[in-house]
Amino acid sequence: MELNERVPEEQLLYARWLDSGTRVGFVALLAAFVAYVSGVLPPYVPLETLPKVWGMPVAQYLHSTGAPEGWGWLSLIARGDYLNLAGIVMLASVSAVCYARVLVALLARRERLQASMAATQLLVFAAVIAGLC
Amino acid sequence: MRAATLLLALACSASAHAADGAVAPWWIWPLALFALSFALGAVSVLAGVGGGVLFVPIVGGFFPFHLDFVRGAGLLLALASSLAASPVLLRNGLANLRLALPLALVASIAAIAGALLGLALPVAVVETALGVVVLGIAGVMWLARRSESPAATSDRLGAALRLHGVFHDPALARDVEWRVQRTPLGIATFACIGLLAGMFGLGAGWANVPTLNLLLGLPLKLSVGTSGFLLSVVDTAAAWVYLLRGAVLPILVAPSVLGVMLGARLGVRFLGRAPAAVVRRLVIALLLVAGARALLKGLGAWN
Repeated sequence: MELNERVPEEQLLYARWLDSGTRVGFVALLAAFVAYVSGVLPPYVPLETLPKVWGMPVAQYLHSTGAPEGWGWLSLIARGDYLNLAGIVMLASVSAVCYARVLVALLARRERLQASMAATQLLVFAAVIAGLC
Repeated sequence: MRAATLLLALACSASAHAADGAVAPWWIWPLALFALSFALGAVSVLAGVGGGVLFVPIVGGFFPFHLDFVRGAGLLLALASSLAASPVLLRNGLANLRLALPLALVASIAAIAGALLGLALPVAVVETALGVVVLGIAGVMWLARRSESPAATSDRLGAALRLHGVFHDPALARDVEWRVQRTPLGIATFACIGLLAGMFGLGAGWANVPTLNLLLGLPLKLSVGTSGFLLSVVDTAAAWVYLLRGAVLPILVAPSVLGVMLGARLGVRFLGRAPAAVVRRLVIALLLVAGARALLKGLGAWN
């Protein structure tokens, strides 16, 4: 598809960062999933046990399996199932990284209104990623 | 597509066994999810809706996973589709970043509230509300009209936020000026859309496009492209709530995300050749069945 000459520079910058981040996230997720289901990395919750617990509400699932909440999963990253969360986290972080990059570009161009909206969005992302919500 | 249908039939059979008390082997479900998501990815591209709106009611209604995990997976599925499409949409100007900034901000805050609300409410309430919303979406899809005439004037807030610009339409080979009208109402509508997206794990393309096109008065192509991009921001915010609350199961998410991505690539190939009206009717029919199933399940009439 041809490049539109009217597209602002910061939008092209966002697109470039989004493209790269998304590709990395997909590859990481695919690799982690293969390692998980092939048994290369043993999971925290055994695959054979999953059908007994995946029908439970999340609170009951966490209680039954002892699975962690919040960022507690990082301590289990060597397990096949939790390594998958790393790929998912990458995909769920790409937009925040792009906003941070675009904020710098907007500030450099003294686009205060757009920069303030991008900064507020980053604060929202930061609050939810930190588990404050 | 035939392989996808076969695997789906296998999943239905496994579901029936499970209902009889026999436990189907675990690997049936990721395979069935991959097949379903592959089919949904193709169909949703052809019908112009996000995959999440079909995924959540179908998987929530006919698969053995709890709705908490299904909603988390639905959001991540919609997020993945949007992340894959957005770089192209942004690069060729079919999505507009400046236009998305205020709308995404409001919708993402509402989506976080929706996700928290959805995880706090009893599942029967969420399921019943999901059924009502999905049946409503089928109604919106059936009745929605599209406008090809962009707004001629801006309102005060739209002008203050500098929500105007020029969009180059490659099909028409000309520039189209756009500006936003009814901005306060549009922002309020995006708050409601975000709330629903976060609460039910639905992608919100079904609501974004008519709001951008009919309410805010944007050109249709810019509305479709910006809607696709908006999902990547709004769903990110809500997905983190599900992720940190432990409501993301890799066995559910990974095959669904990979399936929808591959299916969407197939759907794009058939975009110009597929009978759009037939696909659209198929999607509405699927929404009616899945919505009715969610509603009846929530009311305890069909478990």
